Amino acid sequence: MSRIKNAFKGPAFIAFTVAGDPDYATSIMIAQTLIRSGADILELGIPFSDPVGDGPVIQRSDERALSAGATTDKAFALVREIRKESEVPVVLLVYCNTVYSREPARFYREAKDAGVDGILVVDMPAEEAGMVMDHAQETGIEQIFTVTPTTPPDRVKKIANLAGGFLYLVSLSGVTGKRETLSEAARPLIRRVREQTKMPLALGFGIADEVQARQAVEAGADGVIVGSAIVEIIERNAGDPERLERELAEFTARMKAAVRNVPGGS
Amino acid sequence: MKKGRFGAYGGQFVPETLMAALAALEEGQKTICRSREFQDELALYLTEYAGRETPLTFCRNVSDDMGCRVYLKREDLLHGGAHKLNNTLGQALLARHMGKKRLIAETGAGQHGVATAIAGAVLGLPVEVYMGETDCTRQHLNVVRMELMGATVIPVSCGTATLKDAVNEAMRDWAASSEDSAYILGSVVGPHPYPRMVRDFQTVIGKEARRQILEREERLPDAVIACVGGGSNAIGIFYPFLGDDVALTGVEAGGRGIEPGEHGASLGHGRPGILHGALSYLLQDDDGQVLGTHSIAAGLDYPSVGPEHSMLRDTGRVRYESVRDKEVLEAFRYLSRREGIVPALESAHAVAYLLRERDRFEKDDIVIINLSGRGDKDITREVVHEQN
Repeated sequence: MSRIKNAFKGPAFIAFTVAGDPDYATSIMIAQTLIRSGADILELGIPFSDPVGDGPVIQRSDERALSAGATTDKAFALVREIRKESEVPVVLLVYCNTVYSREPARFYREAKDAGVDGILVVDMPAEEAGMVMDHAQETGIEQIFTVTPTTPPDRVKKIANLAGGFLYLVSLSGVTGKRETLSEAARPLIRRVREQTKMPLALGFGIADEVQARQAVEAGADGVIVGSAIVEIIERNAGDPERLERELAEFTARMKAAVRNVPGGS
Repeated sequence: MKKGRFGAYGGQFVPETLMAALAALEEGQKTICRSREFQDELALYLTEYAGRETPLTFCRNVSDDMGCRVYLKREDLLHGGAHKLNNTLGQALLARHMGKKRLIAETGAGQHGVATAIAGAVLGLPVEVYMGETDCTRQHLNVVRMELMGATVIPVSCGTATLKDAVNEAMRDWAASSEDSAYILGSVVGPHPYPRMVRDFQTVIGKEARRQILEREERLPDAVIACVGGGSNAIGIFYPFLGDDVALTGVEAGGRGIEPGEHGASLGHGRPGILHGALSYLLQDDDGQVLGTHSIAAGLDYPSVGPEHSMLRDTGRVRYESVRDKEVLEAFRYLSRREGIVPALESAHAVAYLLRERDRFEKDDIVIINLSGRGDKDITREVVHEQN
């Protein structure tokens, strides 16, 4: 069983952070804290100069990482660092030019060598996936795709046939960023995608607290992805690593507890 | 060839959120734009509202100086002062037929923003324009013009605060608003179907120029020259000449020099990469991060270029050259002084190329320069006086 499939034995909490934000060393601590505090899958963004799929919080995270010297090589090094002490699945979230400029064959080989389990290319819809699918297959890396409220049923089927690992359900139309409540589009989206595939369904975009996370699982999601809420904690505490570690650990534990539907947390 | 490709270039490299919107746009373009009703309506707006056709002006003084026969295709005389209105009227009319309630746009020099504001005002659709903070400052007159016509200008401070960042913000807006909003993209860039759609709206320039020169000279020109940022005015005038024995030259922003960040010459100094939904020549570092650009002309301050230009570069059908800021300023002053025509700094790139390369042309050679816009927006103390 692949590490990703294994992570969906119960409802999964998927934590996102940008490799190299606020700097490489702190970023190792952040990844390790998220994993130790209960993240079932770590989603690691490689920062890009023009992240059109992201809202302001993750844009700023990318900018901080890049000005601190983040590179693709360092992102792979971070994955190797994680692998020294953890078998948690790592999914890279990248923009297409990061893969293209390194050449897809080399990118997938190096990702595999570092210990990456899955890759989601934000700006690569199913139609353009020919560029990477062979390399995903050869390396055994699971190619993750997104499905959104505007994806028509026949496309959902097409995407599910191509996808590996899990389907990333985008709960709303727009870019990443915290929202006050779970999007109204989320429930019908989960319902109709569930009718078309048995793959694990992870819901992301806008989810920021335990209530939303619990609602997502109750609505039938097999996993909950949280990005901007985590990145905000990093942004707020960038100058105070100890507090950053404590807040991240607390937040992750609370979210994990909410997803697993056990009362309490820390 | 794959859908939406120009050779290897182009494509639809966008988040899944935008795929439904692009499919609807493609469908609208296929059905609505091809209908007789739409074409008649657009033709009426282009003539009695926008002022087409634009003149092809023979420049006696410049021809004397250059030693060849020089014509200007006068897109500077189109309503709004640039070729941009050909495209915005087309896209806004399509948006209205598709039932959209709001237009969004990005702008660099402000000319596309102004043209979208014009189209929105005349067609009764509210307009929001994303514009880099840097550009808001250096093209302030256009900000005021947009606001005067009822558009809302949203300054963009992220990234390099220029055109590419304005495109990013417009795409983010559209990802959330595509159900009721149309994204009026200003050049032959972006995901399919934009490069083809914008080209189709802009080829009116080349079709007219080809007919006008045949009427006036009873033969085709020897050369056509146009500036290239995203490349919409260039493809608009080149396209009808692609099958002819006519030398086509695109002139990119050479800025202050060939060092990274100092220019906007993606075809000259970039390599293929993916930005804003398309594979095309791109100014980027070894890791694929998009580089900053510089040009004295805000409209050419863009790190990529339309995918069709990338194909035309590789096949060699079009030559792509670049000129420096300094040469552009000289050309700006030269054309103003010699012909009483003040070119946009963008269009002055094409004039500068002719000034530098005049020896390439014989006495009877006919050269058409696409004067894509007028320079009122660029008239500042710094640009007008010689100390640059």
